[in-house]
Amino acid sequence: MLDASVRPLVEITGMCKWYGQFSALHDINMTVNEGEKVVVCGPSGSGKSTMIRCINQLEAHQKGTIMVDGIEVTPDMRNIAEIRREVGMVFQSFNLFPHMTILDNLILGPMRNRGVSKKDATDLAMHYLERVHIAQQAGKYPPQLSGGQQQRVAIARSLCMKPKLMLFDEPTSALDPEMIAGVLDVMIELAEEGMTMICVTHEMGFARKVADRVVFMDEGEIIEVAGPEEFFGNPQSDRAQLFLSQLLGH
Amino acid sequence: MDRNSPPPAPPRKRLAVSDFVIFGAVAALVIYAGYQVKDVLVYKWDWSRVLDFLIRWDPERQEYVANLLLIGLFTTLRLAVWGTILATVIGVLMGYWRTSNNLTLKIISRTYVELIRNIPPLVFIFIFYFFVSSQLFPAMGLDDVNPDSAMVDNPVFRIMFGRPELLSNFLAGVLCLALFEGAYITEIVRAGIQSVPKGQWEGARAIGLSPFNVLRDVILPQALRKILPPLAGQFITLIKDSAIVSLISIQELTFMATEVAATTTKVFETWILVGAMYFALCYSFALLFDWLERRAARIRR
Repeated sequence: MLDASVRPLVEITGMCKWYGQFSALHDINMTVNEGEKVVVCGPSGSGKSTMIRCINQLEAHQKGTIMVDGIEVTPDMRNIAEIRREVGMVFQSFNLFPHMTILDNLILGPMRNRGVSKKDATDLAMHYLERVHIAQQAGKYPPQLSGGQQQRVAIARSLCMKPKLMLFDEPTSALDPEMIAGVLDVMIELAEEGMTMICVTHEMGFARKVADRVVFMDEGEIIEVAGPEEFFGNPQSDRAQLFLSQLLGH
Repeated sequence: MDRNSPPPAPPRKRLAVSDFVIFGAVAALVIYAGYQVKDVLVYKWDWSRVLDFLIRWDPERQEYVANLLLIGLFTTLRLAVWGTILATVIGVLMGYWRTSNNLTLKIISRTYVELIRNIPPLVFIFIFYFFVSSQLFPAMGLDDVNPDSAMVDNPVFRIMFGRPELLSNFLAGVLCLALFEGAYITEIVRAGIQSVPKGQWEGARAIGLSPFNVLRDVILPQALRKILPPLAGQFITLIKDSAIVSLISIQELTFMATEVAATTTKVFETWILVGAMYFALCYSFALLFDWLERRAARIRR
């Protein structure tokens, strides 16, 4: 994909992060181009989530630089607000607001940040709810929905901000097995439409289908970067081999 | 069995014989105690003289007007309403500061809470009265407010703040009460904010909400629902605690009752009546909060 029009959307250089004395991320270097889909995997505690949470500054990094769409990510509040408007995020635990209806969950962001009128925000929200096949539930409250439905609503909520980049932090890990497919379908559709995505996930089927690259992390470092077929078929590092054997071992 | 058959009726809750025995024993005890007191206590009950202090006939205006006790009750009510509003504002602000990452805000709110919580209310009130309200209010020019000016001498003002000539006195009471109760509300609000899962903050931040909107749209509404029961308790405590500002000559119900008891010498009747008035006031607030709580629970589902 050595296209001249390819533009880096996320550039991480030499990023480090510590929790107290503990080195959580060490010398992370990664570039994600516009339209690219990157799957991040690795054992738990390897720093996958921490890394993507640094991109929208839910966690602050201490060394190195992160550039999102040409803006450097700094701890400055105005800067962070700007970044977060460009970057959508979907969490393992959905994090929908339980005291608001589905529709209100979706229109809150556009109304507060982009000054969109309530009517326009509602139209926008309904559009995205249709896309995640959940429009009939707009008037309900999040706890009334199944986990899979809630996660699709969470995806729609992020899309309402019209982000340039979507971060997924183990979006299917908290779901019952029969709910996973619906969520992955929505993510695949999104990928096919050309959204730039960074997904922390262990769903190998999804990774094979949409990922341009798989990034394997362990103990806060990027160990291996490869195409999905290559990574799953013929992992180079010992740690990746061990991880994949454990993932497939049962 | 037929799937569509109705479910068995739930067991009914009713009083058993043992319950009646207990009620009977309690009633017997009360009657016995009353009988004993009647023998020992030589006291002529006379409610009429005390009841006269609720309302009196005004011969000039040819109508019934509120007398001392009712005037006191209204002052207590005003103290309660303004005190609650102000204490809530203080409590929400300080409660948020308690959870803030900013060290200065943390120190300010922590100092405030600990200072108030670790001084007896009476001592606090005296300190407040002699050092703050009797120094600060004159310095702010509150004592110079002309009680006859149109701005303060109108019906709306009287309903909201009472008699204009007692304005600085009333404000001292409100401020004192609000500062005092605000410290407890601060801790309730802090607990409420901290009870909202971390994911809610992250979810709100991730869609780009400003810190203010995160708090207003996402965190506080959820925190408020959780803290409604202890908050209701604190508001009722505020009404009851308003009695102690009588010590700095705020003319609320307890202050008036002291006067009435002294004038009539009918101590029992006065205090029983005043107790009943407080009970009616506090219990109606309790019912109101009960209703609010049920409403909040229904919205949340």
